[in-house]
Amino acid sequence: MAKRERLSGNEAAAIALRQINPDVFPAFPITPSTEIPEYFSKFVADGLVDTEFIPVESEHSSMSAALGAEAAGARSLTATSSCGMALMWEELYVAASDRLPLMLALVNRALSGPININCDHSDSMGARDAGWIQLYAESNQEVYDNFVMAYRIAEHKDVRLPIMVCQDGFITSHAVQNMELLEDEEVKNFVGEYEPEHYLLNSKESMAVGPYGVSNYYMESKYAQVVAMENAKKVAVDVMNEFSKMSGRQYGLFEEYRLEDAEYAIVLIGSAAGTAKDAIDRFREEGKKVGLLKIRFFRPFPGEEIAKALSKVKAIGLMDRAESFSTQGGPVGSETLAALHRAGNTAKTIEYMYGLGGRDIKVEDFWKVFDELEEATETGNNPSGYRYIGLRE
Amino acid sequence: MIEIRWHGRGGQGAKTAAMLLADVAFFTGKYVQAFPEYGPERMGAPVTVYNRIDDKNIRVHSNIYQPDYSIVVDESLLEVVDVTAGLKQSGAVIVNTSKSKEEIIPHLHGYEGELYTIDARKVSMETLGKYFPNTPMLAAVVKVTKAVDEETFLKEMEVSFKKKFATKPEVIEGNLAALRMALKEVQ
Repeated sequence: MAKRERLSGNEAAAIALRQINPDVFPAFPITPSTEIPEYFSKFVADGLVDTEFIPVESEHSSMSAALGAEAAGARSLTATSSCGMALMWEELYVAASDRLPLMLALVNRALSGPININCDHSDSMGARDAGWIQLYAESNQEVYDNFVMAYRIAEHKDVRLPIMVCQDGFITSHAVQNMELLEDEEVKNFVGEYEPEHYLLNSKESMAVGPYGVSNYYMESKYAQVVAMENAKKVAVDVMNEFSKMSGRQYGLFEEYRLEDAEYAIVLIGSAAGTAKDAIDRFREEGKKVGLLKIRFFRPFPGEEIAKALSKVKAIGLMDRAESFSTQGGPVGSETLAALHRAGNTAKTIEYMYGLGGRDIKVEDFWKVFDELEEATETGNNPSGYRYIGLRE
Repeated sequence: MIEIRWHGRGGQGAKTAAMLLADVAFFTGKYVQAFPEYGPERMGAPVTVYNRIDDKNIRVHSNIYQPDYSIVVDESLLEVVDVTAGLKQSGAVIVNTSKSKEEIIPHLHGYEGELYTIDARKVSMETLGKYFPNTPMLAAVVKVTKAVDEETFLKEMEVSFKKKFATKPEVIEGNLAALRMALKEVQ
């Protein structure tokens, strides 16, 4: 039986983790992710979980401890945001290349500078090439559901990659919203026991983790990660389908909203999708055929599937919440464009930057985007350069 | 959908009040949102907190620019913030003050909707012996917005206070008295 609740995104994450009852959780606080270990440490103190909670002295240590525990054979995770993640940079790559399926509860926050505590995706997008699976959420419900599904995807024998479960700092992490919780027993059964094939504390099989990779082996090791990432697509779809049977909530690698007959579409990630949906509904009432493609998994990047979903639209707004300084747009823009090009899709595109450092994005902002897409199509002009939304002059 | 914008100062409990309002509306079966807008966090700095209350799922994640109600927890903010910015003329502004409405109107930038006042300091001092403006303001908001009916509100708040103040039950009655008094005092 689902339980009706109203929780913040951080509370939802902590409750999902209580239900999962992981083995080891080292953490160091940083806004806006601090509440996750804070709530969780209370569950530890109250005896509701038997997790080993380790307060460490930095994020370099929290990720080191988490991946060490994972290598030993324990289901592990840590939580962080922004500069905290920047400090674990080296370990992010170590976790991925050592094929350790631990979890990072990432509450997205802008990187310095200027110093800023609010949401954008510069932290996780900076780590898009680190070899982690990246899963994003629009709402508190989706945050919770992603946590319940994450370990099943990461730990699968065809995958064995670490997974970053991301949510938008403050916008979902600190906002209370309605949602439904699953029963503890349902989550426990769905996630199951962690039974790693190979682990350091297995006395019957001696192994080394993280040895030097000579040039003769390094590329093979990287390619193995690529294969695993490719496998993660199918595994994720299977896990999401199984989750749907239990919860009634169906997820995909991305979500299509009113996209089927859309002439103009936007592509984006995270909480802005909810605002975009309201904008789309109101535009649809005026007879305008507009739709949304919300990316849930940025790694693996479902390029082929995205290109297919966008095959009928006339123009696409590619919207990023992380600057890449390529001067051509952001990561969502460049990767989607590559996928469209490969599929021979020649729809017009405009690359947008929005919401940096917590800059609010409103329903009206999306109307302007759709108007610009329509204008670009009707005039036949190829839009040049990319555009900042809500920039003050 | 009802949209509410709270103006307070850091440490006065505007966020707590908005969370409690969301809680009460949630218990009556509504869909809710309660979220703060964070700037540099420090005691006394102006803070803005938002509520949305609706009969259907709320998807929008932006701040609120055309609220139905604006709640001023600290009257000194009238000098600093345009509390009626974007406020719907069909809505209302609720100000915590001991002053008369005539004295407040000049600070409302020509706002033509309703103005309600409540002396949350008086209510708080008489019922709690200390100045906690958020409890009386919460009651004033319920009274004016009718987001929840008053009986249900008092009943749910009693449950909530019993949980919140489990370790200091002596303050429960005072808080309930503050709510009841505030429901009568708002004008």
